[in-house]
Amino acid sequence: MIRFTDVSMHYGDGNEALRKINLYVEQGAMVYITGRSGAGKSSLLRLIALIERHNRGQIIVNGQNLERVTGRRIPLFRRNIGFMFQDHRLLYDRTVFDNIALPLVIAGYRYQEIRKRVHAALDKVSLLNKEKVSPVALSGGEQQRVGIARAVVHRPALILADEPTGNLDPALSWDIMKLFEQFNQVGVTVLIASHDLDMIKKMNKSIITLRQGKLLTHIGQTINE
Amino acid sequence: MNKRATSQTSINLKRTFNIWLMQHAQACIYSIGQLFRNPINSLLTTAVVGISLALPTGFYLLLDNCQRVAAGWDNSTEISLFLKLNIEEERALSLADEIRQLEGIRSVNYISREMALSEYQTESGFSDAITALKENPLPAVLLLRPELHMLTNDQSEQLMHQLRSLSEVDTAQFDRQWIQRLFAIIDIVQHVVIILSILLAIAVLLIVGNTIRLAIFNRRTEIEVNKLFGATEAFIQRPFLYAGLFHGLGGSLIAWCLLSLSLLLLKAPVLRLAELYSSEFTLFGLSYIGVLLLLSAGASLGLVGSWVSVQRHIKAIEPN
Repeated sequence: MIRFTDVSMHYGDGNEALRKINLYVEQGAMVYITGRSGAGKSSLLRLIALIERHNRGQIIVNGQNLERVTGRRIPLFRRNIGFMFQDHRLLYDRTVFDNIALPLVIAGYRYQEIRKRVHAALDKVSLLNKEKVSPVALSGGEQQRVGIARAVVHRPALILADEPTGNLDPALSWDIMKLFEQFNQVGVTVLIASHDLDMIKKMNKSIITLRQGKLLTHIGQTINE
Repeated sequence: MNKRATSQTSINLKRTFNIWLMQHAQACIYSIGQLFRNPINSLLTTAVVGISLALPTGFYLLLDNCQRVAAGWDNSTEISLFLKLNIEEERALSLADEIRQLEGIRSVNYISREMALSEYQTESGFSDAITALKENPLPAVLLLRPELHMLTNDQSEQLMHQLRSLSEVDTAQFDRQWIQRLFAIIDIVQHVVIILSILLAIAVLLIVGNTIRLAIFNRRTEIEVNKLFGATEAFIQRPFLYAGLFHGLGGSLIAWCLLSLSLLLLKAPVLRLAELYSSEFTLFGLSYIGVLLLLSAGASLGLVGSWVSVQRHIKAIEPN
């Protein structure tokens, strides 16, 4: 699903974020990326989402070489990914329903189909009774669940989550992680960046550890194998 | 096999077109919703656009009406032939007949010396001074009305030369200088209207462009999230382009209303003035084509203004 070969990346100011990363994530895997703040967790996800570009090496996602995904191909590429953020990034001038419907509206689905899928997604995150509410009226945990519903509503092959539990208490975090696990069980590849080591260990999934932009530990499948 | 493939492509094309149409409708409805969500802002922008469009259109109407009035005056330009004092009445009348045969002359009117005198006495207010004179000092006059095409410089000069060379004629006057001056003034006003239109069109572009620029910055998060979930540039641009279009269209509707109101207010005073000149002149408003032109000018200025803004500012927003 995702293959990094000797990938390096630095920001405009010369600050090197990732150095010679080699990794491989299988289709249908659920992988945690961990490390301290500034270790390069976010940068890794941003490269996969084409928010940033790598400077050296090769990245292949879902069979596509990211160097060739430019211009008009970027939107189509991103439609296969579901995003989750620590800061939710919900649109507060719209209802929960409209927020979740966004990826479907972008892809040009008909209203009946949109309604069906949004309801299914709301059901999954147990927020069916909140569809007409503004996200402002929801608690942090509920907002994060709306974010998850938005990330999965268009049935992407890959979910990228950047610190999805950063602001939540352990119980809520656990619920969120379990939700991701459910999606993973139906075949979606899930990549979660998190520094919550205790919980990650409890989840018992593959872990990629980064330190100062370098790969420290690895899931086991490397390109050399 | 091949046939199936073709029908498959045509179904796909139809589907793509339907999605395109649906997304346009969505963007259109969405941007109308946005307009009503910030009614004061939208109204202010639209009103400024309206006034900017009303000004040149109003000047155009003024010019149009002036030209209609002047066209009437154009008809009444006359050539006065002052005959020599010793010319007898019969000779003058036969001369009038001769001139009537000339090309480019519509009518000839003979005013005898006596008629000229009595007219002068009643109209000038110098009747006492005139009666004090022993002899009638006024010459007989032939009033010629030239055809309209004779009003051009070359032909009128030629005609005047021909008339002056007649032995009976003392002097010939063509009182068209004032009308030429009037036309020159109208010509200047016409240029002013064009310059004003261009300047105010640029103003409309800037106003709409700035409004759209602010809207883009206000909805930065929305644009970022849209891009992150795979929205194309066109998808993101559409609501802003529709907003620009509606500002322009709304502005031209306001301009139309303002002009109609002004015409209504001016109607009575203009009628009074026309009566004083015993003319049947009434104010002309915008024709249907004029209204259509105003609306499409407003709409396209709004669209172009927002397009420029969208091209400059949306590309700069990338998700992070």
